Amino acid sequence: MSDNRKYFFLALTVLTGLVFIARLSILQVFDSTYRSEAENNIIQRNIEFPFRGLIKDRKGKILVENMPSYTIQVVPGQLKKGQDQSLMKWLELDEQDYNEKIQKARSFSYYKASDFAPLLPQDEFSRIQDHLVDFEGLRVKPILRRSYPHQSLSGALGYVAEIDKERLAKDKGQGYRQGDMVGISGLELEYEDILFGKKGVKYEMVNVKGEVQGSFKDYEFDTVAYPGHDISISIDLELQQYAEYLMQGRRGSVVALEPSSGEILTFVSAPYYDPNLLTGRDLGENFVSLTQDTTKPLFNRPLMAAYPPGSIFKMVQALVAMQTGVITPATRIRCNRNIIACHGAHTNEDLQGAIQYSCNPYFRQVLRYVLNQNVSENTYEDTRIGFDSWYEKIRSFGFGEPLGIDLPNEKGGYIPPSSYYDKIYGRNRWKFSTIYSLAIGQGEILVVPIQMANLAAIIGNRGHYYRPHFIKAVDGSEEMFPPEYRERQVTAVDSGYFQVVVDAMEKVVESGTGFRGAVPGYAVCGKTGTAENPHGEDHSVFIAFAPKDDPQIAISVYVENSGQGARAAAGIAGLVMEKYLNGEIKRQYLEDYIMKGDFIY
Amino acid sequence: MNRRESIWESLDWLTILIYLMLVLTGWLTIHAAIYEADSAMSPFDLDLRSGKQLIWIVISFVLFVLIMVIDYKVFMTFSYPIYFLTIGLLVVVLLLGTEVSGSKSWFALGGIKIQPSEFAKYATALALAKVFSALNFDIRKPKDFIKTGLLIGAPFGLIILQGDTGSALVFVAFSLVFFREGLSAIFIFIGVASFLLFLGTLLLGLNYMFAALAGLLALGILFSLKSRRRMIFISAGTIAAAAIVFSVDFFFNNILKPHQQNRIQVFLNPNADPTGAGWQVTQSKIAIGSGGFWGKGYLKGTQTKFDFIPDQSTDNIFCTIGEEMGFIGSFVLIVLFSLLLFRLIIIAERQRTVFGRVLGYSVFSLILFHYSVNIGMTIGLFPVVGIPLPFFSYGGSALISFSLLLFTLLKLDAHRMQVLGRVG
Repeated sequence: MSDNRKYFFLALTVLTGLVFIARLSILQVFDSTYRSEAENNIIQRNIEFPFRGLIKDRKGKILVENMPSYTIQVVPGQLKKGQDQSLMKWLELDEQDYNEKIQKARSFSYYKASDFAPLLPQDEFSRIQDHLVDFEGLRVKPILRRSYPHQSLSGALGYVAEIDKERLAKDKGQGYRQGDMVGISGLELEYEDILFGKKGVKYEMVNVKGEVQGSFKDYEFDTVAYPGHDISISIDLELQQYAEYLMQGRRGSVVALEPSSGEILTFVSAPYYDPNLLTGRDLGENFVSLTQDTTKPLFNRPLMAAYPPGSIFKMVQALVAMQTGVITPATRIRCNRNIIACHGAHTNEDLQGAIQYSCNPYFRQVLRYVLNQNVSENTYEDTRIGFDSWYEKIRSFGFGEPLGIDLPNEKGGYIPPSSYYDKIYGRNRWKFSTIYSLAIGQGEILVVPIQMANLAAIIGNRGHYYRPHFIKAVDGSEEMFPPEYRERQVTAVDSGYFQVVVDAMEKVVESGTGFRGAVPGYAVCGKTGTAENPHGEDHSVFIAFAPKDDPQIAISVYVENSGQGARAAAGIAGLVMEKYLNGEIKRQYLEDYIMKGDFIY
Repeated sequence: MNRRESIWESLDWLTILIYLMLVLTGWLTIHAAIYEADSAMSPFDLDLRSGKQLIWIVISFVLFVLIMVIDYKVFMTFSYPIYFLTIGLLVVVLLLGTEVSGSKSWFALGGIKIQPSEFAKYATALALAKVFSALNFDIRKPKDFIKTGLLIGAPFGLIILQGDTGSALVFVAFSLVFFREGLSAIFIFIGVASFLLFLGTLLLGLNYMFAALAGLLALGILFSLKSRRRMIFISAGTIAAAAIVFSVDFFFNNILKPHQQNRIQVFLNPNADPTGAGWQVTQSKIAIGSGGFWGKGYLKGTQTKFDFIPDQSTDNIFCTIGEEMGFIGSFVLIVLFSLLLFRLIIIAERQRTVFGRVLGYSVFSLILFHYSVNIGMTIGLFPVVGIPLPFFSYGGSALISFSLLLFTLLKLDAHRMQVLGRVG
């Protein structure tokens, strides 16, 4: 009979039980991934984005604010069949675009919302708002985006956009996540930590349809959002807009400082653009067209455009030479145009006259005095000793390295150290005649416009400066003000030596090349310069401060390809100073001249 | 000793204890499966599935008392009438039944739905026991084999027609009874071999399977060069296997409905379509796996509470155990079912009549099949087949049918010393 077969059934039962227990121990005991998968199923992480801090100008006018925009999200599982066409119509998507987006959302999750039509502005959203109720699978997520009511200050404000992967990877402790809107450049980046605030997180449980079922673990992990801090910056919006107006259609920069504090009053990088281009839905597209623009609007000229300083460097040479003790204000040098070209009718000037007439042979000789003091019998060695001492003093004017302004990507220009020439010519193989073009601000020297404005401030202050900066207050108080901007930076030249330079600069404006920089009723000190441009028209540069005593404003204007500094740069500087000092323009004819000026673009 | 006392004394109370534990934990688990947070819900609320299941449990208890007090000979006497009545119901339901999710297998009477296919298991078990207990019956005889085949084939075919493949497949379990009653082991071997060929064909495809068979044939011939008989046998076997492989491919691609093809494909590769056809397997594994060792606690399962598991109170009830009671709870449940199955083997083996033994093995086979296929599908060891977990899943017809099977066996068991009949 088949009595023994009962053991088969016993074995079958035992085997089934053992297989189940083995399988269950893998699923439940050894594999821990299922627990997080179950949590992923039900936990919906709702980020509460903090209100990003506002940016105001020195008079409290709002430069950057937040505007509502709306992101339409889709829950693919809830979208009904046959709604595709009308959805395409309302969201203005073509079929291919639409299918791609749906597919992307599906592959993310069938029952969780994914972004579908991001960052619709208010007016566009209002247009479709009423139709959205017909689509069960759609959600609306309000998002604040940046807005720039005055379309001004594109060079300094920077922009805000979704955080990129690189930045996410570098994130240390700020808790950024994909999708966060962060400062990408400019002040938005520099003061990101202050402006961003603190995100809040709300965890909710959702069922399979994405319907909220309540809080997760009684709000245990939830946090509240804190708004970012508002910052006030030193920009004078009215002045800024006027300077931008004057720079219309030109390439170059205008930087104005308050010499007594280092606060930046005006910061124009031309050509400029409407910062509203880099916000909201069309950011990416607009960014690409800005990068492709041949006039390089994204190139932040005040900080990054390194030019040879030209004649304005003669003041620095004069100051260093006096400090070194090789000349006095009474030193006269013949204008020998056989060695180096010069212009204007002058023959044998003292220091003040040499600055006023921008005498090239004079400053060539001054640099020779500075470099060759016969400390060593070897001419090369002697030059080197003199050069190193010159180098240190030049650097004390903030040249050759970034000033430490509160914007990213500041360049420092270039002051060649002796090692530079060693490398090119060999040690003890170069002397004064090798490098004399440094005397008139040509050669290897490069400065950026903010350093030029700072030079004007240094001369106005008679020998010291504060690092140029935008920040004025955080939440209206100075509690969080960065202390480095209160530190007085002193140059290596005693203040007593500055008077003759100041007087000479006053003459430049009163009766010299810088006459267009004059402001009626004020003693303006300025200096024009022309930087040679091998590629086309020379660049026009003008630095100035006013009034002569206790200056309120120091300025540098750089206009590319506009010929001699006298023409464009000085006029623009004069108008900006007039606007700042008087609050209005009385010389309409000068403004008309500047605006009509035949400046090559 | 009077007779009335003896029935209660000779009852197998251990089995009844296991039964009680299963139905009562089943009831509480059904409550957990339908439970929704933030609303006060009572397992006694008769509007809820848990409350309704309680009614069915009480009805089962009444049936228990009824079965225990009536004459045990009734079951033998009326086994054919019960069988044919059920076959009749299966035909009627095809004509007048209500369709629920693709299967026309329900009678809707007022608020209650009755599924005749569940009762067909009971009726077929009784009829099979009756057939086997006939004098001179021998399953090894082709005539008798065909007779029993028809007996099982009739409800099987009718239930397939209803569109409820899962419930029909259950009748395959009766082949275990045949084996116990002396059917040659070769049939079991053929069954297992066909199953492996089926799986192999689906996994590897026709070409690989034919290549493998050709290789086996060559090897077989090589090792049986001296025996001509063996060579013929091996060749015939290989040809048969090739035929099976070919028909499996045909069956899969042309006979199976798309959703059935999907279920099998998803079983073979669950990650292929986790949000579509693979949803159920993926989510039930997440539910059970996320339970961990100790479980999330009663009523605290998120997968079940937030509806990630379809059919969570019926076919996928085990997910709730796995998620809320963890490995410990699942382990205990498997031990309980194993104990019940052991007990059923013991009871079946100690029957003195063929009728009792066949009924006993029928009960064993049906419960083993349901239990292994049901739990197997929730943990990804078996394709999704919509059949309930005995005594546990929500559903009156299934609970009543399984209770009838068990109670009838226990009734016969209690009277086994008095039974006169053909002793096997």
